[in-house]
Amino acid sequence: MSEPETAVVGRATPSPGAQPPSARPTRTSDRDGGGIAHLLRTAAGRNLGLVVALVVLCIAGVVTGGDRFADLNNVLTILRLAAVIGVVSVGLTFVITGGGIDLSVGAIVALSSVWCTTLATQTLANNGTWLVMVFAALAVGAACGLVNGVLVAYGRIVPFIATLAMLAGARGLAEIISNRRTQIVNVPAFVSVLDADVLGIPVLVILFAVVAAIGWVVLNRTTFGRRTVAVGGNPEAARLAGIRVQRHTMYLYVLLGLCCGVAALMLVARTTTGSSTHGTLYELDAIAAVVIGGTLLSGGRGTIVGTVLGVLIFTTLSNVFTLNNLSISAQSVVKGLIIVAAVLLQQRLAARKT
Amino acid sequence: MTIGPNDPSPPAYEGAPPLLEMRGILKRFPGVLALGGVDLTVRAAEVHCLLGQNGAGKSTLIKVLSGSYQPDGGEIRWEGRPVTFPTPIAAIKVGISTIYQELDLVADLSVTENIFLGHELSTAGFTQRGRASSRARELLARMGHTGIGVHRSVGSLSPASQQIVSMARALSHDTRLLILDEPSAVLDSGEVENLFRVVRGLVAQGVAVVYISHRLEEIRQIGDRISVLKDGSSVATDLPVSETPTRELIRLMTGRSIEYVFPPRTQEPSADAAPVLEVVGLERKGLFEPVTFSVRAGEILGLAGLVGAGRSEVVETLYGARRATAGTVRVNGRAMPNGSVAARVAAGVGLCPEERKSQGLLLDESVSSNITISTLQRFSKAGFLDHAAERVAAREMTESLDVRPAGVDRAVRTLSGGNQQKVVLARWLLRECKVLLLDEPTRGVDIGARTEIYTLVRALADSGVAVVVVSSEVEEVLGLSDRVLVMREGAVVHEAPASALDEAQVLDLVMEGAPA
Repeated sequence: MSEPETAVVGRATPSPGAQPPSARPTRTSDRDGGGIAHLLRTAAGRNLGLVVALVVLCIAGVVTGGDRFADLNNVLTILRLAAVIGVVSVGLTFVITGGGIDLSVGAIVALSSVWCTTLATQTLANNGTWLVMVFAALAVGAACGLVNGVLVAYGRIVPFIATLAMLAGARGLAEIISNRRTQIVNVPAFVSVLDADVLGIPVLVILFAVVAAIGWVVLNRTTFGRRTVAVGGNPEAARLAGIRVQRHTMYLYVLLGLCCGVAALMLVARTTTGSSTHGTLYELDAIAAVVIGGTLLSGGRGTIVGTVLGVLIFTTLSNVFTLNNLSISAQSVVKGLIIVAAVLLQQRLAARKT
Repeated sequence: MTIGPNDPSPPAYEGAPPLLEMRGILKRFPGVLALGGVDLTVRAAEVHCLLGQNGAGKSTLIKVLSGSYQPDGGEIRWEGRPVTFPTPIAAIKVGISTIYQELDLVADLSVTENIFLGHELSTAGFTQRGRASSRARELLARMGHTGIGVHRSVGSLSPASQQIVSMARALSHDTRLLILDEPSAVLDSGEVENLFRVVRGLVAQGVAVVYISHRLEEIRQIGDRISVLKDGSSVATDLPVSETPTRELIRLMTGRSIEYVFPPRTQEPSADAAPVLEVVGLERKGLFEPVTFSVRAGEILGLAGLVGAGRSEVVETLYGARRATAGTVRVNGRAMPNGSVAARVAAGVGLCPEERKSQGLLLDESVSSNITISTLQRFSKAGFLDHAAERVAAREMTESLDVRPAGVDRAVRTLSGGNQQKVVLARWLLRECKVLLLDEPTRGVDIGARTEIYTLVRALADSGVAVVVVSSEVEEVLGLSDRVLVMREGAVVHEAPASALDEAQVLDLVMEGAPA
């Protein structure tokens, strides 16, 4: 592959086959230290920690809720609720890994949901195919993401501000278009496809699984994913290595916009409505899920598995609280505590690393 | 030449211990020995100049002295008594104040508020505005700067005035040792004169000053004694300014302490070979004047000059990392779009940047990802990476360059400077680039690894790569290059084959006008 260059150095180039191909030491296997702290420093260990947290939550659910928690329908409810925010969180994992942030995800979901349920869109859908609605939601999501991406990457507006403006603008536009009225879906084909079950599993949950799987592959197994990590970890080094950092940053926001479009479709199918109030505070839930999942807010490290577990933890927590008739407010307090604890743990581990 | 009023040195230190003594200071960072036994002795009422190139360890030493970093070894004595500074506050309390290059003022607060920031004059929590203002006026007057209004917001002041405010803040702490980190970098010549007046005034009042700069002519004007750092070690301490020739100082700053071994120039690149890299009239206003040069396949071109002469800027501009104000860059005859690194990389140009950690590497990523980051296309099918192929290629590279410790999954952060540099080189070797730009390729690299890097660069040239090397070390430029461009103050002042130049000539050229 690169024989001429290695040969000039004048050292024998051992055949790569000399190394046992199965020798795949984990990235941190050569570090000193041990115990739980060491385990939590590895990606697998961190995910294991999240799984343990989720199991503990489930045990708490079974103990306090009994059959009401362990019921298959309840589990499917948790998964259906997790699916929508989960798709947004997967997209957000990319933006945060790439060194950005997006506060406008909830507003983009609202605008997409409204746009794909307007009378005009629904008439088109009924006359032709329900895919018109899908196209509308995805196109609106991607367009919003494109605006965010252009403002951040080329306009050099800090992501916090650019997406804050989008938050205000997109939700406002959604209110104008819908006239603040809830738009009922009258396209039976759309609902019957997206709000159906396949082999007992809701289509929404399958969609979430598919998006998460694609996200994992893209982040871990493609050049796009590698570049995302590079751009988030050290944008200057990435640029000097020949990566088109601005363009890549823009793509990340478009990708997230698309995910918001998918989430909007799922929400519209689940509620059979489009509304400018859809997706309210999704930005907080999504950022929280991404962060407790182990993705660094400063960029350069992201984990899709962690994000999925983060989403499941928060959704299960809500469910356990609801089954125990605890208020939404109490849920919020506990969520806040979990976020703080997760970030403190992250920071201490990061500090030990250096 | 003006010599400070405090020259010859005041006899105050006779008998009494020096104000500050640092002995054998060690500071390690992961994989790097930043300070390997540094000594510094400062006496009351003297201006002690600390000299050294970027990366020599000056900033680290100051941070140890000001309590920002904890040393891993060595001893600090203050007036003869051993001390430690666990926090910056502890250093300020004994009377050490530091004024960093980036002034740490709050732009939207007033002059008075900045001077007393963190130690506001107050009664029961209420600030004493009147008393603070008059104290601020006193402090400014002590430096002869009554013209700065104490109620103005600091952001509205010129950089020179801001620096005075910083110094007033230092003095508000009853400072006995003032550290000035490259204070003249933001000033024009008139303002520098003014700064010197202030410094001399403070010294006359018994304050000791550690003055950091690499402008040697300033040190001549303001300094009493000089200590020189190189690669994290003291190479000279307590040199009297008046008796040390400038050339000797440059030799100490840039010179070898051990003989480097340069590979022989194996073959003269044929004069009629087509140039791979052509730079015509490249200019970046304010940084460097138009430069024109070309490099042929197999040739190593050296850019010599002091830090700040514009060498790195030329290389960064021709690489597209900075936009040029005029001029063209052609690679293999193809004109490169202004300001596009990606186009250069696509055309086969690679850069090993000056700041390896902040510009060259993804420190938390593995050796393997750092090596393949510019070659990802080669390891992917339809965007999907072939991790196994990537790791095999990276391992071949690390083995042929002898990167230690072996293992391509190790985070690059854990490697020493020399091995990190090899990783950056491996990235471009893997890409089989046609033009390789090396900015200070051996900074922070130990002697053994240096020789390996020199050998590698020569071998690359022999295989047909056009190489441009920027270095502050004159013997490195001369030993490694075929042809040398000498830069001074943003302009190319000389061009010659390396074999036609000797170290003394180049030193004269980079320093022209300074007393020998």
